[in-house]
Amino acid sequence: MRFAVSVLTVLGIASIIGTVLKQNEPYANYVIQFGQFWFDLFEILGLYDVYHSAWFLVILVFLVASTSLCIYRNTPLMLKELRAYREQATEKSLRAFSHQHEYNSAQSLEQIRQDVSHFLTVRGFRFRTVKQADGSELIAAKAGSYQRLGYIFTHAAIVIICIGGLMDGNVPLKVQELLGQKTVESRDIPANEVPKKSRLSVSNLSFRANMTLPEGASADVAFQRVRDGYMVQELPFSIALTDFRIEHYPTGQPKSFESDLVIIDPDLKAPLKHTISVNHPLIYKGIAIYQSDFQDGGSKLNFDVWGILSPEAKSIPLAGTIFGKTEFGAGANALQLEFIDFRKFNILNLSPDGKGKPRNVGPNVTFKVRDTAGQAKEYVNYMQPLQLDGRAYFVSGMRSSPQEEFKYLRIPADSNFEMQGFMQTRAVLFNKALHQEIAHRFALKALKPSDDVAVKTKFESSVVQLLGAFSEGGYAEISRLIEASVPQAEREAAAQTYIKIITAAAFEAYQFGQERAGIKNVKLDENTQAFLQDSLNAISDLFFYGEPIYLQMTKFEQREASGLQLTRSPGKNLVYSGSVLLVLGIFAMIYIRERRIWLLIKPQHKSVLFAMSANRKNRDFEIEFNRYQSQLNTLLQS
Amino acid sequence: MANKKNLNPTNISDDPVPFISQLGWRDWLYAIVLMASTVFAYSKYSQFMDVYETTFLFGAGVVFSLLGWCWKPVRLLLVGIATLSLFSINLYHGDLDSANSVFFLKFLIGSQTAVMWMNVLFVLAMLTYWFALFARSAFTGKVATSLTWAAVLMGFVGLMVRWYESYLIAPDVGHIPLSNLYEVFILFCLITSLMYLYYEQRYATKQLGGFVLLVVSSAVGFILWYTFSRHANGIQPLVPALQSYWMKIHVPANFVGYGAFSLAAMVASAYLLVNKGYLVSRLPSADLLDDLMYKAISVGFAFFTIATILGAVWAAEAWGGYWSWDAKETWALIVWLNYAAWLHLRLVKGLRGPMLAWWALIGLLVTTFAFLGVNMFLSGLHSYGTL
Repeated sequence: MRFAVSVLTVLGIASIIGTVLKQNEPYANYVIQFGQFWFDLFEILGLYDVYHSAWFLVILVFLVASTSLCIYRNTPLMLKELRAYREQATEKSLRAFSHQHEYNSAQSLEQIRQDVSHFLTVRGFRFRTVKQADGSELIAAKAGSYQRLGYIFTHAAIVIICIGGLMDGNVPLKVQELLGQKTVESRDIPANEVPKKSRLSVSNLSFRANMTLPEGASADVAFQRVRDGYMVQELPFSIALTDFRIEHYPTGQPKSFESDLVIIDPDLKAPLKHTISVNHPLIYKGIAIYQSDFQDGGSKLNFDVWGILSPEAKSIPLAGTIFGKTEFGAGANALQLEFIDFRKFNILNLSPDGKGKPRNVGPNVTFKVRDTAGQAKEYVNYMQPLQLDGRAYFVSGMRSSPQEEFKYLRIPADSNFEMQGFMQTRAVLFNKALHQEIAHRFALKALKPSDDVAVKTKFESSVVQLLGAFSEGGYAEISRLIEASVPQAEREAAAQTYIKIITAAAFEAYQFGQERAGIKNVKLDENTQAFLQDSLNAISDLFFYGEPIYLQMTKFEQREASGLQLTRSPGKNLVYSGSVLLVLGIFAMIYIRERRIWLLIKPQHKSVLFAMSANRKNRDFEIEFNRYQSQLNTLLQS
Repeated sequence: MANKKNLNPTNISDDPVPFISQLGWRDWLYAIVLMASTVFAYSKYSQFMDVYETTFLFGAGVVFSLLGWCWKPVRLLLVGIATLSLFSINLYHGDLDSANSVFFLKFLIGSQTAVMWMNVLFVLAMLTYWFALFARSAFTGKVATSLTWAAVLMGFVGLMVRWYESYLIAPDVGHIPLSNLYEVFILFCLITSLMYLYYEQRYATKQLGGFVLLVVSSAVGFILWYTFSRHANGIQPLVPALQSYWMKIHVPANFVGYGAFSLAAMVASAYLLVNKGYLVSRLPSADLLDDLMYKAISVGFAFFTIATILGAVWAAEAWGGYWSWDAKETWALIVWLNYAAWLHLRLVKGLRGPMLAWWALIGLLVTTFAFLGVNMFLSGLHSYGTL
């Protein structure tokens, strides 16, 4: 029993490890987190899936074995105790009890017998009467014997629950792996190409596998994740998904996930149609099908691709599919676009203090851009402008590796909430051939007609120089220019002047761009001013955006995929019945109190000896003994 | 045959009376009104309820009848909760904004206000209990008990009205207020203090109130912080996984467990003081404290077991398996193992004394981690109440 308690302690500590270390992550994450040395050590110890590691299962088996041994050893004793009245007790042994009292009673034996049997019966005691050799009579009584069942029930329950759990666990798979009959597949290949060694047959006793089913597709296999790989679980039927739906509350939070499934099985006359949702699985042929998660199932997307570091004012249309790849550009500049995920709803809290209500900000797309050297950057682009600090921006996040946080580029939306305004301005500012024209227009406004030509030429050429620098590296380039050519003391004043000039020139560029797009009469109001500030900031950030293109999502045709979990768990009923037994056992153990009373009636001495015992002596027992003692006094003296 | 009459057993006046014969007319009236209300609720709302919810409704009628029969003050409490809640609901006139305009709702029995009253009353009750302990004032003790009862009443009214409010937001948002940390903390305060009040009456001791209300007041502190600093006291719609009738029994059963374990820990601290010779003349005897600690842990353990099993059954429906080694599940197992070992040592080995008291006190840390720490530090399927 001491062993059982130690095993329980080890079990508790082992369980804690599993909650502290995130389980079942992709192995690459662990390598990054711990480094190669610790990764290898932890892998050997099975810490990435503690609850399915061999040593954890061994602990469970030990627990079952030692608890079974306890039951085997103690049950006969317990049952004997449960039945026994202990009517062999002698006067001597009763007198040795800590709780005993002797009464003098003048009543007849028969009267006492009657009174005492009534006394015991109404208090829930059952008893036996034994005539002693010396003419006295021993009444041996007991109550609450079923407390003993509590012991048997709780311990049996633990064994039953563990056996049920082990049945539903991965013991058979582990054994087959050890025997070399099965191996884990870790290649990314189509399910039908997975070799037999990594396939689990339909007759597999228990499993918990997943399947991702795009709308309109069907499948007859599921995947069971094992460590850093998977096994293919074959199913006795195939499942098709006709529709997946998410409903939202008015606040934007998801309200329900539902999948319309069709079960196709030769045993069925007609395909079985059924809708499952969270908390409402379908159970067919002993396999429970759950709504587990959802993802994109290959949505079709359309983009406008902008060359953001070029003077090009027009975008190029591009089509893509989630999980698909598209080439863009050619030769050494060729880029491969890999579309990863599309989300129609994005609930974000964009209020400045974070206290406002989260709201749906519309669709976004996640994709990677891979250059010819194989280096990839990950982007997430929102289709619609987001409201940030009271203004609208097209937002795109960029990161070079999955460990980094996204860094965001904010492109200001124009007065029509479109990207045109920014892109036209950007095209003009990046077009060196137009800088002279911009400088000229600016000079016309900034200088008086009376100013002489030399001043004008000097002004224009310095504007052209500034625009040139800005188009080569944004504000960073301007600051390099200042550091190279302006004495330390005058730098701050120069910077302010330069920024003013660039902002004013940017307005000319904006106006020029708008005119090219056929929009006349552009006014420089407060909104335009802010828009230009934001545009210049955004242009400066473009140099850090990583790739020279921006993908603006223009259209989408969503196709969702439902994540299903399929389980066959024959141990479930064992676990449930074990649980019932456990509850019964606990209540019996705690709330049934076993007590024994002996009354030795000795007519020859006109006395009655009362003794009481309990297997657990506590406060309640003391109170009860005192009560009975005084009640018996009244009874026997009357 | 002549002496047959003599053979009739002598009846002593203190023969135990069967439970059902002990019930007075008040008990029967209470049960009848309760069951009648249940039937009324069923007749009015049956079309919105499935078979499980119907079972729970009538189950609640039976359970609260029995509870009132076994512990008489519950009858009055239930009548009070029903009266105040119905009065409050009536004042809303189906408009959520009434909470800010109608006098009674704004200052007394609106959902948030009632909870605030509960908070204030609990803290007052704790201070009063401590004053009674040091002043040895029986009258002050009675006042403290009344304050605690009043706090419990207001807390339940707050929850009831909140339940109604959730349906005012939108019919599909409506749900029992047991779904986030704010709501379950209120439940925790109520259950812990109700259990304390039961034992206070049962053991005729008011000296432990200050100890137990210490833990309740800490929970009140959390509610206040959660309300004012985190603004997390609003009603949120349920995520799909929580939309289940199981929530109505899994969560309360769990909180009977948490409440009982907290109660036991506070009694254990009193025990340790007495054991060390502090406050001996003011606190109950060590024997009584030891017994109370054992009883609280037993109740808690029984309910915690039921709650965990119910959770497993629910998980089998919602997550696809009765046990997923989710962080909350695993920590529930650890808490369970902890108290199983405690009871095992006491019941089977007959261990007593300060060691068990220390253990019960440290057990509170384990329980608190399972209840709060998991939400704060670990991630998993149970991430409903995040901090």
